Amino acid sequence: MIHRYCNHGFYIVLDVNSGSVHVVDRLVYELLPAVEEAVLKNVTEVSEIMRRLRPIEGFSEEDHREAVEEILALKDAGMLFTEDIYQDQVFDFQNRQSVVKALCLHIAHDCNLACGYCFAEEGEYHGRRALMSLETGKRALDFLVEHSGSRVNLEVDFFGGEPLMNFEVVKELVAYGRSLEEPRHKKFRFTLTTNGVLLNDEIAEFLNREMSNVVLSLDGRQEVNDRMRPFRGGQGSYERIVPKFQKLVKSRGQKDYYVRGTFTRHNLDFTKDVLHLADLGFEQISVEPVVAPKTEAYAIREEDVPQILEEYDKLADALLERKKAGKPVHFFHFMIDLEGGPCVTKRLSGCGSGTEYLAVTPWGDLYPCHQFVGQERFLMGNVYDGVVNTRIRDEFKRCNVYAKEKCRDCFAKFYCSGGCAANAWNFHGDINDAWDIGCELQRKRIECAIMIKAALAE
Amino acid sequence: MKHIKTLNTRNLKESMKAGGCGECQTSCQSACKTSCTVGNQSCEKIGK
Repeated sequence: MIHRYCNHGFYIVLDVNSGSVHVVDRLVYELLPAVEEAVLKNVTEVSEIMRRLRPIEGFSEEDHREAVEEILALKDAGMLFTEDIYQDQVFDFQNRQSVVKALCLHIAHDCNLACGYCFAEEGEYHGRRALMSLETGKRALDFLVEHSGSRVNLEVDFFGGEPLMNFEVVKELVAYGRSLEEPRHKKFRFTLTTNGVLLNDEIAEFLNREMSNVVLSLDGRQEVNDRMRPFRGGQGSYERIVPKFQKLVKSRGQKDYYVRGTFTRHNLDFTKDVLHLADLGFEQISVEPVVAPKTEAYAIREEDVPQILEEYDKLADALLERKKAGKPVHFFHFMIDLEGGPCVTKRLSGCGSGTEYLAVTPWGDLYPCHQFVGQERFLMGNVYDGVVNTRIRDEFKRCNVYAKEKCRDCFAKFYCSGGCAANAWNFHGDINDAWDIGCELQRKRIECAIMIKAALAE
Repeated sequence: MKHIKTLNTRNLKESMKAGGCGECQTSCQSACKTSCTVGNQSCEKIGK
């Protein structure tokens, strides 16, 4: 299976099953479908393939021959027209041992902002306001260590609501986690997602010392941010937060953070927001499409998709320009690790929600991920009794690229791993489905990401 | 090659042999939280 596309003047060919990426000239680009058709019929003689080709105007017969020879050489090297040999692995996934290696700790179901698009409903997650106690948090870390098998690297994300509303417990839990590392032969990687309202020098010093990554929520231009991210009284949060984030990022040496925004149908020109964040001095940026029910005015609609795809092209152009000008911006969704990316096992199984990644509520309940919190159908157990609803866990264990009909013929399947289970559930009531708008945007982002690699390889 | 330039990529078939250690980062712990972005994660073994 191959995927061909042209972007920014580059003709790009992905060999989906081997992961190979080829930048080709127009001749190869035009010839590939016919050569693939011949190869699928077991025709591999250059002269016979040549006979079946419709000549491409502007190129000599010798050019055609060379092109076909090069295509066949890549095929023989296992870098083109490779077969899918991974499907047989799926059985092993279903029977794999259950290991938990990452927790999203909902340290505070409360928030000091009232963001319009918050899936956590201003931190409350369809439930009550609550802060996680130190006892529950410690038990969650014990649960993680106990269920992590031989995994050394364990991840804990302090999430909310707003986790800094329960900062003392965050501090104590980090200390507790560190105390477990040596005796239990584990290494904790703590991360924290914050809106920045309560950020101060003491907290910044702690985050810089202990957090392997911090996610800083900010949407972009002041009017865009303040429209969706107001305080509870309605006033905007931009002016209060931006200087705090700038100071924190400087003190972290521009490393191990993301300024993370959300774009909605109110700012489909989100390139301006990404560049605004870059102009504020942030180099690590993630701006994501809002995921919301169609009934919301700010939700992205099917009719918005063409404009968003164009916007991603604009953004890719702008980021390439900045890179060439020596002012690189790392945009999370255009980052792709072609050489050192994940193994195919990871690519098949996805984010690990419901199996190796679980969310913990302030009172210790376990859910497949932060987005399922509060949906009682997905309550899996709690940190005291462990996963008792194994039916849910097994449902998620079986969730993989091949379980999703929509992914079968999609070139992006080994990059997105079948997409987000929560989005699939929220839009279709089936974790093995896929959120179609999200898929369209994901495919475009992958195309842009690979185009940028091609441009930088020139 | 004259017509084709291949970017350096990790061979997925080869990765099947030594992969699956599970030590790599969980994708949602990075910066997404509303999508699935496995492709931009790094392999823990290669990174070392």
